[in-house]
Amino acid sequence: MKRTLNLPDGRHAALSIALAFAAFGSSAQSPTPSPATPVAQSFTLSNGMTLIVRPDRRAPTVAHMLWVRVGSIDEVDGTSGVAHVLEHMMFKGTPDLKPGEFSRRIAALGGRDNAFTSRDATAYHQQVPAQALEAVMKLEADRFARNQWSDDEFKREIEVVKEERRQRTEESPRARMFEAMNAMVYQASPYRRPIIGWMSDIESLTPNDAREFHQRWYTPANAAVVIAGDVDVEKTRALAEKHFGPIPARAVPARKPREEPPQSGPRRMEYRAVADQAVVALAYKVPRWSGAAEGDAASQDALALTVLSAVLDGYAGARLDRALVQGQGTAGKRIADSAGASYGLMGRGPQLFSLSAVPARGVTPEMAAAALKSEVERIAREGISEDELRRVKTQWTAGEVYKLDSVFNQAQELGSYWANGLDIHTGDRLMGRLKAVTAAQVQSVAQRYFSDQQLTTAVLVPQGGQK
Amino acid sequence: MKAVLRISFRSTAVLAVLLASVIHNAQAAIPIEHWTHASGARVYLVASPSIPMLDVQLDFDGGSRRDPAAQAGLANATAGLLSGGVAAQPGLPALDENLLSEAWVDLGAQFGAQASADRFTLSLRTLTEPDLLQRAVALAARQIAAPAWPQAVWQRDRERLLASLKEAENRPGTQAGRAFARAVYGQHPYGFQPDAATFNAINVADMQAFYRRHVVACRAQVTLVGAIDRAQADAIVGRFMAPLKSHGCEPLPAVPQVRALERAIDERLPFAAAQAQVSIGQPGIARNDPDFFPLFVGNYILGGGGFVSRLTTEVREKRGLTYSVFSYFAPGRHAGAFQIGLTTRPDQAAQAVEVSRNVVKQFVEQGPTEAELVAAKAFLVNGFSLRIDSNRKLLDNVANIGWNGLPLDYLDTWTQQIERVSVADIRRSFARVLQPDRMVTVVVGAQP
Repeated sequence: MKRTLNLPDGRHAALSIALAFAAFGSSAQSPTPSPATPVAQSFTLSNGMTLIVRPDRRAPTVAHMLWVRVGSIDEVDGTSGVAHVLEHMMFKGTPDLKPGEFSRRIAALGGRDNAFTSRDATAYHQQVPAQALEAVMKLEADRFARNQWSDDEFKREIEVVKEERRQRTEESPRARMFEAMNAMVYQASPYRRPIIGWMSDIESLTPNDAREFHQRWYTPANAAVVIAGDVDVEKTRALAEKHFGPIPARAVPARKPREEPPQSGPRRMEYRAVADQAVVALAYKVPRWSGAAEGDAASQDALALTVLSAVLDGYAGARLDRALVQGQGTAGKRIADSAGASYGLMGRGPQLFSLSAVPARGVTPEMAAAALKSEVERIAREGISEDELRRVKTQWTAGEVYKLDSVFNQAQELGSYWANGLDIHTGDRLMGRLKAVTAAQVQSVAQRYFSDQQLTTAVLVPQGGQK
Repeated sequence: MKAVLRISFRSTAVLAVLLASVIHNAQAAIPIEHWTHASGARVYLVASPSIPMLDVQLDFDGGSRRDPAAQAGLANATAGLLSGGVAAQPGLPALDENLLSEAWVDLGAQFGAQASADRFTLSLRTLTEPDLLQRAVALAARQIAAPAWPQAVWQRDRERLLASLKEAENRPGTQAGRAFARAVYGQHPYGFQPDAATFNAINVADMQAFYRRHVVACRAQVTLVGAIDRAQADAIVGRFMAPLKSHGCEPLPAVPQVRALERAIDERLPFAAAQAQVSIGQPGIARNDPDFFPLFVGNYILGGGGFVSRLTTEVREKRGLTYSVFSYFAPGRHAGAFQIGLTTRPDQAAQAVEVSRNVVKQFVEQGPTEAELVAAKAFLVNGFSLRIDSNRKLLDNVANIGWNGLPLDYLDTWTQQIERVSVADIRRSFARVLQPDRMVTVVVGAQP
């Protein structure tokens, strides 16, 4: 329930904790490169594909990612989950490569490979020794342009994806609750569907659904190659032009806006499941950060909401922990065994500010919800201290330095900005803007965005256990 | 030092020179400096100047294998309560848990404690800007020297632990994990399962005593990776070890070895679940096993190697029975488990068990093919640089070298050790270590 940065991992690791909810892409907890680091450069290849290179010669390794700006947000009813299924099928071959051969080739180079699908994007990644870069680019370009597999291969992989859904979602009451909640928060926005898809949609997907999705969205102008590590920029650019450049250009299909209509009054649901502890989650519709060079009012608020989230739950002993878990709040006793806040900040679709808690024994979900709200109300009333403000900024600034230890994270961050339509300087810009947020701004967003008008509440109600 | 680093980062030319750092040179040899501090602590340092940050890891022989059976969970609880605050010291006021946490955030630094099966570990990550470094070291030293051991915080955390234990009992994965550990380890501490009774039997005085007994300078291992030199490292170690002097150096009793299984154990636990949980395995090897490398390479082929392993090929790729299937050894001071794990639709559990058992049986009898071994070596040897391409990974590796008494050139000779492994080595070592007809099989939530 905490803000795990979930760029969900389609094949191995987490397909988003099914908190379709919590922040995707970058959250306030993972700010951006500091100016004192090697700079990224961005190019457009001859066919319209984007190339982003960030040299970092500290170790002789490279992170190579291919991002496609297509995720569950681009799906339609009846074929939910197709973006993620296609991601699985991308490992199943090309005219020159048998199923599974892609991963075997990467392994032979000494590399690790995987992929993930999120609401906003699909990304394929390899970590390899620097000298293997060209071989990897060649393999990735081949499957991007010529992914091909048999219907039989598809049928087997669908069974794997169903197991994945069982493992991530069906087997977890909390994951199921958040999935159901998400479907209630949004009505028109495609964000209402789970990334992995509804079970009956997965079951009825056809091989051609996946092939057509690939044909439609995997075009050079809708993709970016992101490389960080021990590389020379000009050589890398030439290699990218050589391997990705010849892929024929195709127009990116028009996207329907499918905007979420304004919410007009509170929504509330119960999800009953075999569990011992209840969970209560509150989601408020709030603006997102556009990343535009001149900050619009909504983006200013988005930055302040990021600080608000950190002040509530950015470190041990932050406000929610202290008030609800330690029991120092107005209730005068322990309210929750855990409590958290998260905010999406940016994404291709609408963003939420979420509060959640696992009520302590003897505390009702309603009391826990009231305690969560009262912490935001307190900030609306009294504001935050300069100490708190400085503290979360210090934490972010230090995080900028620690982040340099991983070239993979550098590539991942640049890629997620690109997927959101933002440039390579976004990280620095965002950091600069966050540092300029004032205590007054934080108080102001706490006053303006947390009315019941915009609120969706979900409660996991425990039902009798197994024995 | 700060100025030099800052400038170098901005200038690419200088950058290339300065950053031709440890890791690049690592291709030839990784310069691990090792010495014994005056306090008795064994120190390992890799100076990695290119990022102005430092990681320090302190390891002690105080993992959960040191838990008394009736107080399973003691090592972990002790580690957890270290964040509960520091007591007042001459000239320094006490800090409660919140003041302590805020102090760390205000430095942009992190300090944590955790217990694994073998080790009690403290870790510090900080920036190396001189003023910040000095203050972070001072705060860490206070936390090591004078934990507050607040009774109220433990009471609260125990309530939370008990609640989450109870919640976890509703999950088939929890049940499978417990049953597997019980069956594989028997009475050995590696198999201890904390529960309400053992947590209720732990009080802060026990933690205090556990901490004093195990967190001692004479058995400390300190690993440092970051932008500092040997003199700085030695001074930091001195700050951390000084307060431990009063802990003395009481010898610790030997922990018995994990006993081999005498017969196969088959446990089927009914559970209404969306997926059945399958665990198959037995006691495996200790880290000092002479066949570590053949077993490591062999397991990559059997079930460790991502999308290309035999288990993944047979259970997932060919039959679509699971999203994830793996095998691993967990070598420690004692014979940690060899384990195969997977989850599958309840009515497919029997088939998944049969396929997995056959894969292991065949692998133990016949070993890998030459082609599989060639592919495994290519992956491991070619990808070696990916194992040490960050400070964090270097820290893990160097702490591992120290903890397991491996030679200082262990990383430098690692690829040679891999190259040396033959099909015959793998077959022989697997046949010695694994007994497919005497394994534990735990299946929770299967439907006929």
